Amino acid sequence: MIDDIVHFFEPYIYLIVGGVKAIIIAVALTAVVPGLVWLERRLMGRFQVRLGPNRVGPFGLGQPISDSIKLLFKESIIQSSADKFLFHLAPAIVVFTAILSFAVIPITQPFEIFGQTIGPWIANIDSGILFIFAISGMGIYGKVIAGLSSNSKYSLMGGLRSSAQMISYELTLGIAALSIIVMTGSLNLVDMVKSQEAVPFILVQPLAFLLFFIAGVAETNRAPFDLPEAEQELVAGFHTEYTGMKFAMFFMGEYINMVTMSSLVTLLFLGGWNTYILPQNALTGFLAFAFKVLFLLCFFIWLRSTFPRIRYDRLMTFGWKFLLPIAIFNLLLTSALKVL
Amino acid sequence: MELLIFYPIGTLCVFLALGVVLNKSPIGSAMCLIGMMLGLAAVFAIQHAHFIAILQVIIYAGAIMVLFMFVIMLLNLKGDDTVWKTREGNTLLTGLGAVLVVGILYKMTEITGGGEFDSPTPIQETFGTTVKVGTTLFTDFVLPFEVASILLLAAMIGAVVLAKSKMDD
Amino acid sequence: MEHIPSPTVDLVSLAPVLVLSVFAMMVLLVDLYVKRDKTLVIFISLVGLLMTAISAFAKFDLPVHSFNDSYVVDELSVFFIMIFTLSSALAILLSIDYNKREGIRMGEYYSLILLCTVGMILLASSTDMIMIFLGIEIVSICLYVLAGIRRSDPKSNEAALKYFLLGAFATGFLLYGMTLVYGATGTTKLGLIAELIREEQIASKPLMLMGIVLLIIGFGFKVASVPFHMWAPDVYHGAPTPVTAFMAVGPKAAAFAAFFRVFAEAMPVLSPSWESLLCIVAVLSMFIGNVGAIMQTNIKRLLAYSSVSHVGYILIAVIAKNSLGSSSLVFYMLAYAFMIFGAFGIVILIGRKENEMLEIADYSGLAYKHPLMAISMSVFLLSLGGMPPLAGFVAKFYIFSAAIKEGFVTLVVLAVLNSVISFYYYLKVIVYMYMKEPEGEFQISLAPMTVFVVVIAMVGTAGLGIFPDPILYFTQH
Repeated sequence: MIDDIVHFFEPYIYLIVGGVKAIIIAVALTAVVPGLVWLERRLMGRFQVRLGPNRVGPFGLGQPISDSIKLLFKESIIQSSADKFLFHLAPAIVVFTAILSFAVIPITQPFEIFGQTIGPWIANIDSGILFIFAISGMGIYGKVIAGLSSNSKYSLMGGLRSSAQMISYELTLGIAALSIIVMTGSLNLVDMVKSQEAVPFILVQPLAFLLFFIAGVAETNRAPFDLPEAEQELVAGFHTEYTGMKFAMFFMGEYINMVTMSSLVTLLFLGGWNTYILPQNALTGFLAFAFKVLFLLCFFIWLRSTFPRIRYDRLMTFGWKFLLPIAIFNLLLTSALKVL
Repeated sequence: MELLIFYPIGTLCVFLALGVVLNKSPIGSAMCLIGMMLGLAAVFAIQHAHFIAILQVIIYAGAIMVLFMFVIMLLNLKGDDTVWKTREGNTLLTGLGAVLVVGILYKMTEITGGGEFDSPTPIQETFGTTVKVGTTLFTDFVLPFEVASILLLAAMIGAVVLAKSKMDD
Repeated sequence: MEHIPSPTVDLVSLAPVLVLSVFAMMVLLVDLYVKRDKTLVIFISLVGLLMTAISAFAKFDLPVHSFNDSYVVDELSVFFIMIFTLSSALAILLSIDYNKREGIRMGEYYSLILLCTVGMILLASSTDMIMIFLGIEIVSICLYVLAGIRRSDPKSNEAALKYFLLGAFATGFLLYGMTLVYGATGTTKLGLIAELIREEQIASKPLMLMGIVLLIIGFGFKVASVPFHMWAPDVYHGAPTPVTAFMAVGPKAAAFAAFFRVFAEAMPVLSPSWESLLCIVAVLSMFIGNVGAIMQTNIKRLLAYSSVSHVGYILIAVIAKNSLGSSSLVFYMLAYAFMIFGAFGIVILIGRKENEMLEIADYSGLAYKHPLMAISMSVFLLSLGGMPPLAGFVAKFYIFSAAIKEGFVTLVVLAVLNSVISFYYYLKVIVYMYMKEPEGEFQISLAPMTVFVVVIAMVGTAGLGIFPDPILYFTQH
């Protein structure tokens, strides 16, 4: 009887496993967001020599939970001049693309469970890194549509800045990643991690790492590149008109993107799940990966509290006239060395 | 299985393409176009051409359409013309157009009815992989690949010539 | 990681393209360092065109197929490269004084002309539909910009925008046609298509037939044949005059070369399905072009409509699809280049800074004031009409004899009839020049380079008409 059932489901096992993995990853990502908010506020408090949230629960750990409850129950206000459909669509796109792009990220090495080899990723596709670029490119639309549909000048400016910034820095991001692709000869993220078993690429490609990281910060619209939501100039940029949970969804998208970007940097440059010193298995692999990602996230927050926001034209000049040429030069150098 | 996915996506693509033309506002048209591009990417993905599907998303939906949106936003700053300005309907022209469309459709069905369509041949597993696309691009189609750079150079020069703000040199 | 086998690259056969691309980029770079005086830039462009013409002979033992059959060097392409370099050089020579007068001071102008020529060479020498598409796009994009290069002139802007929008639309048709043909045959190489469609099964495929129709629409737009000619008068009128002359010759010749390769060389088996369609297009082009030209009062629009009718004549060479057709095609394009550049040279000479003198009425009494110019203009116009013993006559004669050899007698009769109609409006201009009193003063400054072009065109028009044998010999062997 049970054998029959198992037999019946055999061809579909990959679907079931994939679905379970997808749910786990999506839930985990959403759950990580409040933690990150807490971390950011606590760390920012430290950096600015103040306490940060400390009232609700131990170390203020209850703060993000009470915040999310508050946001959930807030009234959702849509001004009458807004385009209703697009206004609702925008935050959904932001969160959806943010979660989707995590689908190809391998969080540790493959392991065996119940006789099945399980890859700790939802999909290990041939061109994983391109997939991430493609989906995060879709994420721009969330911001653009938010800016357009709000029918407010601050939102529009925010959306404009956001799209311009992401187009500009995506080039540098892509070209910096290309030098890694040239090194490994594969677009597959798992292959990339595997080829770093001996030494992480940050030591081989320090310049590419730097470029990728800077462009990554810009792609996630984090300070000092948070022009699209510059509070002092644009109120809150593209999400000026959003309230309640829809407003929170933009934040979720931003934080998940931060996690994705940190994971990507980890995979490309820091050796992914390779522990290097500890014994290598699935669990230590995951811990190593998580540690590296967490470190990078702290680095993101550190950057935010250290650097002032740069001016908009400087941002563009920096991207097009400084980062991009260096990235191209680095790529040429890498390719030349690879051929020789 | 593949057809089960293909038909809904194909239908959706057709409707979105119609939406591009029939939509009242530029933003709506652009959104429909983005949706159609994504649908096309899905069609590529069904054909085992993952690499091409992703390129489709990156290049068309990701890069080109963002520029479209960008332009719409720049032009839209006044906010008073969110709707296409269309020509007033001309009954005679509409009638003639309808006759033309019907005629073309009739002729097309006549031609297609007479001929034989091949049943689709199964695609090889390697069809749209990165390796296959790269190999084709750098062996069989190396000349078009390189010539495309001349095309881009010409387009770039042209854009600069037309958009340059100062004419003093 | 697998290693990709290195492709077969034959750079020597690509020599003209490479040389001209390098020169186009050099022009761009040199333009950075020269200020207002563009003499050096012009000189480099002309040297580049000369070198290109020389490098076209780099290959012996023609035809040479290279790059997996996507590029070919044969007599047709070599001869077309001669026409392209000649017409581009003439266009640049015409521009020297015109640009000074009209204040077009951009060095990119010359670079765009050279890149456009690169596109034409690729277009005339490719035997792969992807290459043909890329060639057409290079040519078109350069032309869109060149048509609108006078940015402060609304007419020029209008021309560029119209050309761009309609051109992009037509490119869509062309590409769709290519896609359908690819869908039917599974290849984009013309050589393979020619082999495949010998099989009855593919030849009758509906995809193939629809693809052919769409290809005709796409090419028809690019060569400005009726019913896709609507852009021609406006664009020819609005574009700067040297650019008008340029786009009337080179790009059209290139598109015809591709037209010939796709239809006459790759799909002669399918001719029953495209022949009648092209015949209709040709006849319509001749009639509507000529009737349209009769009603024009503007010389540039008149020449635009006349070029539409000439497209009709040239299409006959494609329909004939024999070796005489291809050689008459190149001969016609060469003769046409001389006539058009001559006529537009005169148009430029007569214009002045504030008033371009483009109305036909402006030509009243030109013969009394400047008899030499009136005579040359008459020669060019009569040659366009097909008066013996000028080049236009010989060119038409060869096209018609190619068609008669294949039995298209009705078509030829209609074409001859049209030649007669066309004399009406060519003679109208001549009547104005010789039989009307001058209306205003002519203020003609004989700019040396423009005069030089007119002289070259004159020699060419008369020479090709009186001694066609050497060139004909060259085209046929």
